[in-house]
Amino acid sequence: MSKIAEGLLYSESHEWVKVDGNVAIIGVSDFAQSEMGDITYVEMPDVDDEVEAGSDFGALESVKTSSELIAPVSGKVVARNDELEDKPELINEDAYAAWIIKVEMSDESELDALLNAAAYAEIAK
Amino acid sequence: MGAFSYFPQTEEDIRIMLERIGVSSLDDLYADVPADFIYKGEYDLPSAMSEQQVRDFFEGLAAKNTRLKVFVGQGAYDHYVPSVIPYITSRSEFLTAYTPYQCEISQGTLRYIFEWQTMICRLTGLDCANASMYDGPTAAAEAVRMCVASTKKRNSVIVSARLLPHVIETIRTYAKYAGINVVVTDKVAEEVAEGVLDLAGVIVPSINRFGIIESHLGLADLVHEKGALLVEYCDPSALAVVKTPAEWGADIAVGDGQSLGIPLCFGGPYVGFMACREALMRKLPGRIVGQTTDASGKRCYVLTLQAREQHIRREKATSNICSNESLMALWCTVYLSLMGPEGMRKLNALCYEGAHYLHDALLATGKFESAYEGEFLKEFCLKPKCDVRKLQQALLDAGFFAGLQTEDGYVTFCVTEKHTREELDQIVEIVKSVK
Amino acid sequence: MKYYDKLIFELSQPGRIGFSLPEIPGQARNDFKGSTVWRESKLDLPEVSEVDVVRHYTNLSQMNFGVDTGFYPLGSCTMKYNPKINEEIANMPAFLGLHPLQPESTTKGALEIYVGMDKALAAITGMKHFTFLPCAGAHGELTGLMLMREYHMSRGDSARTKVIVPDSAHGTNPASAAVCGLDIVVVKSKENGLVDVEALKPLLGPDIAGIMMTNPNTLGLFERDIKEIAKLVHDCGGLLYYDGANMNPLLGMVRPGDMGFDIMHLNLHKTFSTPHGGGGPGAGPVGVSDKVLPFLHIPRVSGFHGNFGIILRAYAYILMLGREHVKMAGKLATLGANYIKESLKDCYKLPIPTVCKHEFVFDGLLEDNGVSTLDVAKRLLDYGFHAPTIYFPLLFHQAIMIEPTETESLETLDAFIAVMRKIAEEAKADPEMLHGAPHCTPIGRPDETTAARQPVLKYD
Repeated sequence: MSKIAEGLLYSESHEWVKVDGNVAIIGVSDFAQSEMGDITYVEMPDVDDEVEAGSDFGALESVKTSSELIAPVSGKVVARNDELEDKPELINEDAYAAWIIKVEMSDESELDALLNAAAYAEIAK
Repeated sequence: MGAFSYFPQTEEDIRIMLERIGVSSLDDLYADVPADFIYKGEYDLPSAMSEQQVRDFFEGLAAKNTRLKVFVGQGAYDHYVPSVIPYITSRSEFLTAYTPYQCEISQGTLRYIFEWQTMICRLTGLDCANASMYDGPTAAAEAVRMCVASTKKRNSVIVSARLLPHVIETIRTYAKYAGINVVVTDKVAEEVAEGVLDLAGVIVPSINRFGIIESHLGLADLVHEKGALLVEYCDPSALAVVKTPAEWGADIAVGDGQSLGIPLCFGGPYVGFMACREALMRKLPGRIVGQTTDASGKRCYVLTLQAREQHIRREKATSNICSNESLMALWCTVYLSLMGPEGMRKLNALCYEGAHYLHDALLATGKFESAYEGEFLKEFCLKPKCDVRKLQQALLDAGFFAGLQTEDGYVTFCVTEKHTREELDQIVEIVKSVK
Repeated sequence: MKYYDKLIFELSQPGRIGFSLPEIPGQARNDFKGSTVWRESKLDLPEVSEVDVVRHYTNLSQMNFGVDTGFYPLGSCTMKYNPKINEEIANMPAFLGLHPLQPESTTKGALEIYVGMDKALAAITGMKHFTFLPCAGAHGELTGLMLMREYHMSRGDSARTKVIVPDSAHGTNPASAAVCGLDIVVVKSKENGLVDVEALKPLLGPDIAGIMMTNPNTLGLFERDIKEIAKLVHDCGGLLYYDGANMNPLLGMVRPGDMGFDIMHLNLHKTFSTPHGGGGPGAGPVGVSDKVLPFLHIPRVSGFHGNFGIILRAYAYILMLGREHVKMAGKLATLGANYIKESLKDCYKLPIPTVCKHEFVFDGLLEDNGVSTLDVAKRLLDYGFHAPTIYFPLLFHQAIMIEPTETESLETLDAFIAVMRKIAEEAKADPEMLHGAPHCTPIGRPDETTAARQPVLKYD
């Protein structure tokens, strides 16, 4: 049973979003990290890059697999978690504490398409 | 026809296996193939030969080749091949091994690749290298792709016109289908300064196709100011004495390991190498071997960073490369182990001596003029003042492959540590005798 | 195999040499110092004697497994015996000493080899002519896709930017397409493992450059709808590309050209017995039909004439087989695969029970007791076998793909079967032991996570 944090929104591709004003803080769920196994690298965009909802903005790599990170919302990257460069295992340790990027949203209505914790629990089995 | 030494199955073996499977004939195993696809009749191939017949057949073909004393380079160099190397590379545990995915029984392969990667880094001065590429030209093409992949939204590369022609052609080929804009120019620095807007990378030769060792003073800074990457195409043998890509400030180095004692073999198999700065490590195409430990703490080696590769990343992989040139990397690793720093220096000194001796002697015949300014190592070009075809024929008749004509109408020569003073004097005599 | 933990750098002692070079005549005219073009940093290479080098690499080789050591049931790799006559031929000085740019009048023998191979491969595959420039299978795929694009571009058909690839395809297929500037469209397989023709139909259109297929597919199953697939793809204006990695069972039986393929590559280091070399060199010649022939010379994908040494070996192999034994090669490979399948289907999950060709896929143990395919693979190493291909194709989560090839005896197959049965028993009795396998190899399972998180890629 994977952990699902309350108060967050989720995408079907297992990213979570914490809304902070007009900024979306984005990470991956506990389900995603446990499916990946030991994460060996996190490919992330740079600050000031644009991301588009539904398109990939990076990837998680493990020894034997890789998994695209899909942007749940569109906008401009205003921060990225540089700690993950040297310590990708932070995501394995606590997927909800280890945010990946922060995005200044260009269209907050995109949040409406995301799932709440209960709805996500149905997928993350 | 009956039994064959590569097929161990006897009639009885076949009967047993068919019975276990539950079919009555081998053809039954192809019952799901549409009948009109099953090839009837004989293939248009010769009848099976015995080993001796195969030997005779190839002796016959070998006799139709002429072994010449090779005094031409242009990407394939006739360096001395130490006797130890084929003895090691033909060991069946190296020769008949598969890719080292099961690392517990492939430590031999993994360790020599780790050594190769290390040696390539030491030759080029850069931080990390991959397990090898097909050859120098494809490594150059992959480096161009790597520049585009590493710089965002930039799609153009400047390619020095002084690279070897087949290197330029291979780069152009890969670039064409990937939609990368390639600008081939003789004036690289100028083009970087004002020419190209979305510049991703620049690729220049360490030693150019005329044999001249190029100076790239200030080029790396210029390229980096534009936000692009600098790639240098090198002869790894020459890197023992020539300024390294790292010393010129390059980000990526590529080239062909053929000059590290690999036989000419009519063009292949050779081996490409690629090395880069640490920041670009994860953009390197191809296999990479890394060091680690097993559960009991033993030092060991594995294929690592595989998530970049085709079998995992598929269409988003850094490249499509799967098989590379592993055994040829072993060849070069053994070569460099035997040569050591002293041997590499001495070898280049011998090449330099011989090339300059021949160059000066040819000029002194009056049949040639200087072609290019600059320091050269083993290869040089001259402007002929005689009938080039007659010259080439005279040399050929005497058993020399020398004075290859280049696109610009010049002739190119290459002298290595294999060549004796007597041979050089012979060439000069032949030149003198051509009317 | 004995654990030998040295690297060549660790054997270095200042002043030792392993080279043999003549003396420089007279005074060296250049000490490689001073000018801006000479190397400044010291070149740090090992200083070892010849004996050190020979011992070191001999010891390294003894930590390696090869086809000459034992059985490699690797699906889609065709690890058949590498005949030694091929090595003898490839090492003849009259071939080794040829410079690729020598005048043609001096390399007639070498050129005849290309002509002979072209004819032989055409006879075996039903394609018209081949280019021998590609150095590997993936390189051949790339070249073939370049040809596909050239064909369409010559007809002004620039909208064809997509290639269809089955979901069972090897990773090199989509990767090669991407390198060639094409997008991928995936077509699903049916439950029986074959391409779903109904799922294919809606994908076809004027933006399709073609389809890449291997036949038999990566499950070892013959794509029996190939006639219909060929017609559908051709009717929509696309071309058919054949990935020759699985050509082995078709040797002597079926020719890709006859099935309607327009472009194909062969892996000489698979089907044609050239040695794998630890990961190359190989060769991936590309053959085309009449339709694509006008473009064959266009893509310049490597430096000189391809991997001549490899082509030479494959030619020797084809001549040893001759038309008589080529006829048996495919059938015997298929026989061995089906024999193993039938002998183990009571211990391992067989998702597709039909007759296979040269390879087939198990989906893990029937009673796994927590033992994974990886555990089974690692335990096989303890018994002196190389593991089969694992976790591919992606359609099955615990995939074990087994391909015995036609050069393995019944005794070898039986020994393999016996060990696989033993491991199935061990899974029930002692799963912990299997999780920790291998136990009898020079090293145990490595820490791959640290290797990827903190890469150490060279000796310092």
